Amino acid sequence: MMSFRQFAKHLVILVGLTALPMLSNAGELGPVPPKAKMKASDKTECVEPVGVMRKNHMEFLLHKRDETMREGVRTKKHSLAECIDCHVTPNNKGQFARFGDDKHFCSSCHNFAAVNVDCFDCHSDLPEDAAKKLRSKKNPHQNMTEGGK
Amino acid sequence: MSISENQMDKNHANTYRRKFLAQSAAVAGLAIAPGIVLNQVAHAKSDADKASSANRWGMLIDTNKCNKGCTDCVTACKTENAWGAGETHSSKEQQAQWIRKVTITDKQTGHVQSLPLMCQHCETAPCVDVCPTGASMKREDGIVQVDKHTCIGCRYCMMACPYKARSFVHEKIELQKPTAPRGIGTVESCNMCAHRVDQGQDPACVEACSKAEHGAMIFGDLKDANSAISKELKKHGGKQIRADLGLNTGVRYQGL
Repeated sequence: MMSFRQFAKHLVILVGLTALPMLSNAGELGPVPPKAKMKASDKTECVEPVGVMRKNHMEFLLHKRDETMREGVRTKKHSLAECIDCHVTPNNKGQFARFGDDKHFCSSCHNFAAVNVDCFDCHSDLPEDAAKKLRSKKNPHQNMTEGGK
Repeated sequence: MSISENQMDKNHANTYRRKFLAQSAAVAGLAIAPGIVLNQVAHAKSDADKASSANRWGMLIDTNKCNKGCTDCVTACKTENAWGAGETHSSKEQQAQWIRKVTITDKQTGHVQSLPLMCQHCETAPCVDVCPTGASMKREDGIVQVDKHTCIGCRYCMMACPYKARSFVHEKIELQKPTAPRGIGTVESCNMCAHRVDQGQDPACVEACSKAEHGAMIFGDLKDANSAISKELKKHGGKQIRADLGLNTGVRYQGL
């Protein structure tokens, strides 16, 4: 039977060890998404209030994709391309983070929450003007005149 | 007033009946009214409008004006939708193909014809019929396309298509155009540049052919009797490829 002193010592060590991982993240309580382009200001909010977006962005996207795909409605509100356009911004060197990287807007939270999304299997994770530059650099055979059979 | 009671009841019933019929007609009229569009004025679709069955988009291709060596339409499609490059691990048969040039030689006469062949946007598309998930779909305005959110990549539509219009994506794709999402494991095909059509433009292939002044391709609304395509079809007709299948394609050819 240990004494109270021994118990107290064990307890301090135990708490100290469990606190270590938290200390390594000191100051950061969650993901830090990069700042968007300054389309939203103090006067004009973004598409929806932040809290609404955090909770419901998936619903908006799921609904909008059917509207656009199946019905041809191409309004900009809740459009994925518009999200990317505004939220995926270059760093001060002009470089873009790609999806999967902690610095990409979508993966900054999705990596933290460990929630897989497959949007970017088909959709570009970069705004079109950035993608355009990368496309021509990446593939010198861009304008092949023969294709398929 | 020497009207018998019986008579009075009958009159009452008549009045009541009259009122009832009038009210029923009014209610029925109000119920149907929103559905009846008495006069539809032709107008360009705005972003918020849905695709409507008042339109049926179609193409007319004149093979006499189509040059065997020319691939302007194919190149334009590749640029517009960002396909045709980067599939380094796929064989030629596996690589994506939304539109291709086909050369036909008549064995008897030796006459050689060239034409672009893409999704024919059939009215009764076999690909739509066979799709197990409903991903292969026909929009209200006749454009046939694949909803890649729902596509499971079974490729049944590829088997069903008489025109070999569809391709399966075998490799990971990057840097897609925002108007043409494409991904590994799904099937894709020409969607008549629905994103352009919705803005009132021609598909990229048609525009390229016109810009280069070959004049082999016309695009327009088959339901609009005043459109260039309808007038041309009425005047000179247009054949379907594999007309024996009775698919009522949206893409028609002249000179075949």
